[in-house]
Amino acid sequence: MSSREAILTRVRLNRPRGSFDLPSVPHFALAQPEGLVQTFVRSLKKMGGRSVTVQEIGNPVAWIQKEYAPKVICSAVPQIVGNRDLSQVNRPQELADVDVAVAQALLGVAETGSVVFTEAQLQVNTLAYLAQHLVVVLNAVDIVAGVQDAYRHPAFSSAHYAVFHTGPSATADIEAVLIHGAQGVRSLTVILQE
Amino acid sequence: MSAPQSQDAASSKLLHPEVLGDHFEGAHDADGRPLVHAEATSRPIREPVQQEPQPRGAKDRGHRPVDPVEAAGRFVTATIHEKAHDERLWDGRLRRDAAAHALPEWEAMRAIASATKEHTLAHLGQYLAQFEAAAEANGVIVHWAEDAAEHNRIVHDILRTHGAKTLIKSKSMLTDECGFRAYMKGVGIEVIETDLGERIQQLDNEEPSHITGPAIHKTRADVAKVFASTLGSDPTADDIHKLATVQRDTTRPYILAAGAGMTGCNFAVAETGTVVVCTNEGNADLSANTPPLHIVSMGIEKLVPTLAHLTVFVRLLARNAIGTPLTQYTSHFRAPRPGTQMHYVIVDNGRSARLGLAEFWTSLKCIRCAACMNTCPVYRRSGGLSYGATYSGPIGVILSPTFDRAKYSALPFVSTLNGSCTNVCPVKINIHEQIFAWRRVMAEEHRIPLAKAELMRTMGYVLAHPTLYRTAIAAADEVLRWLPHFVIENRFNTWSSKGRDTPNAPKQTFHSWWYQNRIKGGKSA
Repeated sequence: MSSREAILTRVRLNRPRGSFDLPSVPHFALAQPEGLVQTFVRSLKKMGGRSVTVQEIGNPVAWIQKEYAPKVICSAVPQIVGNRDLSQVNRPQELADVDVAVAQALLGVAETGSVVFTEAQLQVNTLAYLAQHLVVVLNAVDIVAGVQDAYRHPAFSSAHYAVFHTGPSATADIEAVLIHGAQGVRSLTVILQE
Repeated sequence: MSAPQSQDAASSKLLHPEVLGDHFEGAHDADGRPLVHAEATSRPIREPVQQEPQPRGAKDRGHRPVDPVEAAGRFVTATIHEKAHDERLWDGRLRRDAAAHALPEWEAMRAIASATKEHTLAHLGQYLAQFEAAAEANGVIVHWAEDAAEHNRIVHDILRTHGAKTLIKSKSMLTDECGFRAYMKGVGIEVIETDLGERIQQLDNEEPSHITGPAIHKTRADVAKVFASTLGSDPTADDIHKLATVQRDTTRPYILAAGAGMTGCNFAVAETGTVVVCTNEGNADLSANTPPLHIVSMGIEKLVPTLAHLTVFVRLLARNAIGTPLTQYTSHFRAPRPGTQMHYVIVDNGRSARLGLAEFWTSLKCIRCAACMNTCPVYRRSGGLSYGATYSGPIGVILSPTFDRAKYSALPFVSTLNGSCTNVCPVKINIHEQIFAWRRVMAEEHRIPLAKAELMRTMGYVLAHPTLYRTAIAAADEVLRWLPHFVIENRFNTWSSKGRDTPNAPKQTFHSWWYQNRIKGGKSA
């Protein structure tokens, strides 16, 4: 008997007695007196992220230059042109020298301050991890109220890869002292577009 | 300079005020306020500057019983480590409470999570088959492992086929359970843990002491020492930002060069064949997305039926573990990137047998949040390594004996049975009742620790003989009040241990007081 058969046989044999019905999951509405955008901004800030508006920063590329003084900007957003062409990248490792990565979010989540990406937004998934800093373009209309609402997006059934980013890469594994930029990006900034 | 208050600062007093630091050393927001996310505490907790060697864990004696009391005794004696550990974990409990109380649907979600897990475990064959079919339709290669040895062999075979010599991996309790790193070392494959805490433990040759904070029992000085001897950094440079940078800078080259990546699995969704991994560091995403091969190690109990049910677990997990609405990264792997491979290794290793244990099967509901560790007074003051098992704390006490009854026979006795673990469990496992049930199993199988067994035999005889009992109590009280401390607090007195004194004896027994005041004195009650 294969291991597969042995395991499946045993879990059926050892099935707990009793009836255990699958509960349905109601939609839990989120209290958001400030509105979706303000709730998103506040949640993101608590998780170590930062948000700016297009109005505040003007030309995004000029703002990125001023803010990060980067050598390499790699953008997956057509309107923001960096100096590393993502379409020419053959291996995920090639993005190791990127200072600032730019990507459009599929969704924002007000409850948590998260942004959602799939491989469609990132093009090369390591863009969002090997770069030193991540700049995210998010349309205000793409912000949903809660995590439950985000999971209703068809991407979670169809994308090869889907991820919630909630602030930057972080760790507090030594003495519970918070460090930004554990293995991934050191900062995450969302540019909000109306 | 006064300590800036965190926006989430817990209002209650510290358990050990002497470990309150004077400022937050970690990351701040744009307004200069300290941030409290990932595993960060809501108050600055810092040991006094004097150094103290790290207390080591329980001694491994093969299948002979682990002695958690001996190890905990050494941890308690290392007061600098013990107090900071106690404080940080208790802070985790407070952060959990704040996050839970902020959601009106919290208790409803716990009930749904518990019922969903029970349903899934009761129909596990069906859901495993559904998950496998969905994964294969997505182009994932699925393997089944009966035990730890088969898991390690399967992974080795996959790596060999791909010619991979270096494996980067994110944290997985299952691979710790399988002795995976030791096996790979034996076959000449270099394994690099990418989670900071797990990497520290790997370099120091220790098991993780806590599920979500593997190195939480160590001080910065301990970490600096480990990095100095293994990574060649300056042993006196113990600034935490610099230590984290040392690990980031020394790990990045491995991430870029590795032939394969491995992750664990927090949840596996049967309807879509998706594996969900939660990290704060983004290291699972790096491990899975950088090399051309991604291997997932997952236990059979990780399944949830649908994405709709997954939402409940994702919303519970980080709140209950660290008090944030999500971990920094919640990652969903469903199908391989073009030109690469994804493999799932589905592992039993005793789980299907546990499913058949009427009193203990619900321990399979566990989602590894570690809240039961944070709240447990025994765990907080003993350190995770004192349990001498992969899984420590209250959940470890009920899981470990299913792996080796003899070796972990003493673990059910390192609990106060206060039930706090059960109260904070997000999937409503009756942990303290299972701890008690394991005591009964150990007693029935004559696995009670020797000193405790002798004491219980004597007690049983004395309690069955009222006159003897009264004489014994009166005599014991009299003796206890006059005996010097060192005679009472010794290892044959199982009530007493380091950090727990035998209570002061009363001047008079209740029985003699009753006789004197109610019977002899003639007063009516």
